[in-house]
Amino acid sequence: MNAPVKIETTLKDWETDQEVRWCPGCGDYAILKAVQRTLPQLGCDPAKTVFISGIGCSSRFPYYMETYGFHTIHGRAPAFATGAKLANPELDVWLVTGDGDGLSIGGNHLMHVLRRNVNMQIMLFNNEIYGLTKGQASPTSREGTKSPSTPIGSYDHPARPAAFALGAGARFVGRGFDVSKNLPEVLKAAHAHKGAAFIEIFQNCIVYNKDVFDDFAAPKGAEDRQLWLENGKPMLFAKDSKGITLNRETLSLEVVDVVDGDWEAAGVIVHDVTNRSIAHMLVEMPFGPFPMALGVLYDDPTPTFEDAVIEERKMASQGKEANLAKLLGKGQTWTVSGTAQDPI
Amino acid sequence: MATAATAPQDGLPASPDAIVVRFAGDSGDGMQLTGGQFTLSTALAGNDLATFPDFPAEIRAPQGTLFGVSAFQINFGSRAINTAGDAPDVLVAMNPAALKVNLAALKPGGLIIADTGAFTKRNLDKAHYEANPLEDGSLAKFDVLAFDISEKTIEAVKPFGLGNKDALRSKNMWTLGLALWMFDRPREPIHDWLKAKFKSKPDIADANIAALDAGHAYGETAELAGPVKQLTMPPVQSEPGLYRTITGAEAVSLGLVAGAQLAELPMFFGGYPITPASAILHHLARLKEFGVTTFQAEDEIAAVCAAIGASWAGQLGVTSSSGPGIALKTEAIGLGIMTELPLVIVNSQRGGPSTGLPTKTEQSDLYQAVYGRNGDAPMPVIAARSPSDAFEVAIEACRIAVEYMTPVMLLTDGYIANAAEPWKVPDPAGFKPFPAQFLTEPRGEELLPYKRDEKGARPWIKPGTPGMMHRIGGIEKHEETGNIDYSPDNHQRMTDLRKAKVENIAVPDQEVALGEDSGTLAVVGWGSTYGPIHQAVRRSIAKGCSVSHIHVRHIWPMPKNLGELLKGFDKVLVPEMNTGQFKTVLRDQFLVDAQPLTKTSGQPFQIAELEREIAKYFDGIEGNEGGEVAVNDQQLPSPIAEND
Repeated sequence: MNAPVKIETTLKDWETDQEVRWCPGCGDYAILKAVQRTLPQLGCDPAKTVFISGIGCSSRFPYYMETYGFHTIHGRAPAFATGAKLANPELDVWLVTGDGDGLSIGGNHLMHVLRRNVNMQIMLFNNEIYGLTKGQASPTSREGTKSPSTPIGSYDHPARPAAFALGAGARFVGRGFDVSKNLPEVLKAAHAHKGAAFIEIFQNCIVYNKDVFDDFAAPKGAEDRQLWLENGKPMLFAKDSKGITLNRETLSLEVVDVVDGDWEAAGVIVHDVTNRSIAHMLVEMPFGPFPMALGVLYDDPTPTFEDAVIEERKMASQGKEANLAKLLGKGQTWTVSGTAQDPI
Repeated sequence: MATAATAPQDGLPASPDAIVVRFAGDSGDGMQLTGGQFTLSTALAGNDLATFPDFPAEIRAPQGTLFGVSAFQINFGSRAINTAGDAPDVLVAMNPAALKVNLAALKPGGLIIADTGAFTKRNLDKAHYEANPLEDGSLAKFDVLAFDISEKTIEAVKPFGLGNKDALRSKNMWTLGLALWMFDRPREPIHDWLKAKFKSKPDIADANIAALDAGHAYGETAELAGPVKQLTMPPVQSEPGLYRTITGAEAVSLGLVAGAQLAELPMFFGGYPITPASAILHHLARLKEFGVTTFQAEDEIAAVCAAIGASWAGQLGVTSSSGPGIALKTEAIGLGIMTELPLVIVNSQRGGPSTGLPTKTEQSDLYQAVYGRNGDAPMPVIAARSPSDAFEVAIEACRIAVEYMTPVMLLTDGYIANAAEPWKVPDPAGFKPFPAQFLTEPRGEELLPYKRDEKGARPWIKPGTPGMMHRIGGIEKHEETGNIDYSPDNHQRMTDLRKAKVENIAVPDQEVALGEDSGTLAVVGWGSTYGPIHQAVRRSIAKGCSVSHIHVRHIWPMPKNLGELLKGFDKVLVPEMNTGQFKTVLRDQFLVDAQPLTKTSGQPFQIAELEREIAKYFDGIEGNEGGEVAVNDQQLPSPIAEND
């Protein structure tokens, strides 16, 4: 969407000479590689690509991308990105944030960048913990999370990033996890979406919240616990032996068994990425009774903020001359006559 | 010097060379509108003027109450006017509360015009009057012209079939009509304005015009008792040229537009509504054809962050607020300093701390501007002294930001933002351009985004430029590559470089605004105290005092010669609308024994109070023995004759 001319690059072209400073084994490495692998496939131009981040482990991301990068302040990356995109709509903007940066200190800005629909990809690395400040509970930490700031377990209810994004008015909500082979496909779909595309990426903090996503992300038994959504395809998982159906009486989703591959008979619904009602159910679908919904949950573009701003400026300027001398002398004026000089 | 006018025992003098009028009423009475239109008419009549709108923080305070009083003061004359005037000669009081709140300011012998129709038992109670002051003799030392403006307005608009409540809304226009007659101002501009304002409601326009004309006719034809007679005031002798009135908020907006054009950059303005700064956002929102993008952000923080993001992407980022909003922006301003990007931050100061006095003026954000950030975070600060001066200062802020790659804070205040004065429209051809330079290829073999030029500025590299990809951020960075670098030596050097860059900004030498270059007393001001200081110093010089007025525009860095200049005076007095902030900075920078004169009442300084303070330094001057005691308002020539 952003780069009209496709540029030939390789993964190497997107790597910087800076030493990567994440902990060995951190899920961020896998996400970095997935992004560096995806951008050449999309034909992106490094010179027109910008990575903007806030503060936290995830926010070091721009230093490792051979693009323009801006490592800003805690929680405010969406505001910087909005200003940059309005100033130069040709920039292909990627925003990198985390659960603390994006949902705690920066929750307000995240909400507004989504509802304004500024064209950019927003990757929220959710590791359910504050990593860079050494392991405090975060707004997405599960109830009972023990941490230095919650020694007997956290008791506040966790925020749900995808539900937050959809509630804020996002027109694209995707989900993936750090080591998933499908992550590049979610990134590509987000990039193809014109508007604010929100991607929640579950990310393993091996130091402070190790393997917290193993219940669905561990390779063993993954098929039973992951629902990979594809537009126009039935919502099937567990080697197509189970599916998701809509209980039309209670207006809620249910898991059903699929016998002999006859998903239609089982009432399994077909994923329509433009169906906002179902999207609301998918982001609210609790893991445990249900599999984890992954992939593109929702994708239904509307006009972008920067297009509206450009259009407004065009309309407001129509037939008006940008003449500074005239502007300064506007309104009701009077002339003091004399010989010294003439008025403009 | 003009001869002193006699106290107006028989009403006002027939042709004073300056006069102060205050319109006061309920906040729903339209006093700001009345004042604004009277100002326009006065400007068109060719008089010099200064105004002081003084209104409550509440949009519509309960009707008739003391805290709901809204006032608009204008000082106008056939001589140069620098202040909105100390004490009004004329007070228009639309209700008892307006009279009560404003009476203390009125000059003895001054004229009160009151609407008896509003002096009802209920309104008198609300204003805590036990008896009607118009009837109990308590106003004996003033001239009083009291009649039923409400009734006369209802009569005037009767042909338009409005109900009483709607009809009474035209009361301010009736009063304005009378004022226009009193001071021989033209009515036509107000007619035109009303027609334009009520374009879609011609009935309302006609009713208001009828009220205005009726007020005017009342003055012309009614057989009024002594005090009210028509005054003539010849136009001021100004420099030839084209003039208009301008408020500080307008001047800042126009200056920013001009600055962006001189830098050859589109402007990005990020704002968030706050009193008294919102007017700048409103003005700029209507100037899109000048390449201006205005962005009303979700909060003050997002407003400045978006502006910095836009600067990074190659536009001139601007944000504006008042003290509480500036506090919120502070962390981002630090990032602007760290990443060395251009940014203009306008602070229209108001009374603080916290929410403070949103609609009242103060200069108490000076420390915030100069020192108020975490870390050693030097930032240039400049201050406008008047509404028209704000235009030039805004251009100067843009110049410094672009040439030195730095955030710049521009200080105005609530008084400057709202007050209007005539402005000689400048010719843009006379402005010196300072086009922004973008680096499009490395200067040497290697790309060094933090390698400085001779001014200490790093290059500006727009994202999107091929082959120049690099990363910036708030973490300490290497002095040339800009890569993360925490090493001790590098941080020491970078701290020193940031400090040196701002210290070495070229700032014009400080000039003396009035008086000699050395002497007994220097009165040093900054910002909106210019007018009253100037007049107080002028009067003191006329009495024979060795006093000079120095007014500092460049607060940080200060003019290089300022220290030497101050050493040429025995004493230094610093009047400011805070508890002595600039005084402290002067003491720190120059080790001078600067003495404070502070005021934090939410009201601007009066000339007389400054003059009284100056007099303390000149015990023994003829006619001034004993300093303060000898100088009082009775002995001074009346401000009516003293506004040169």
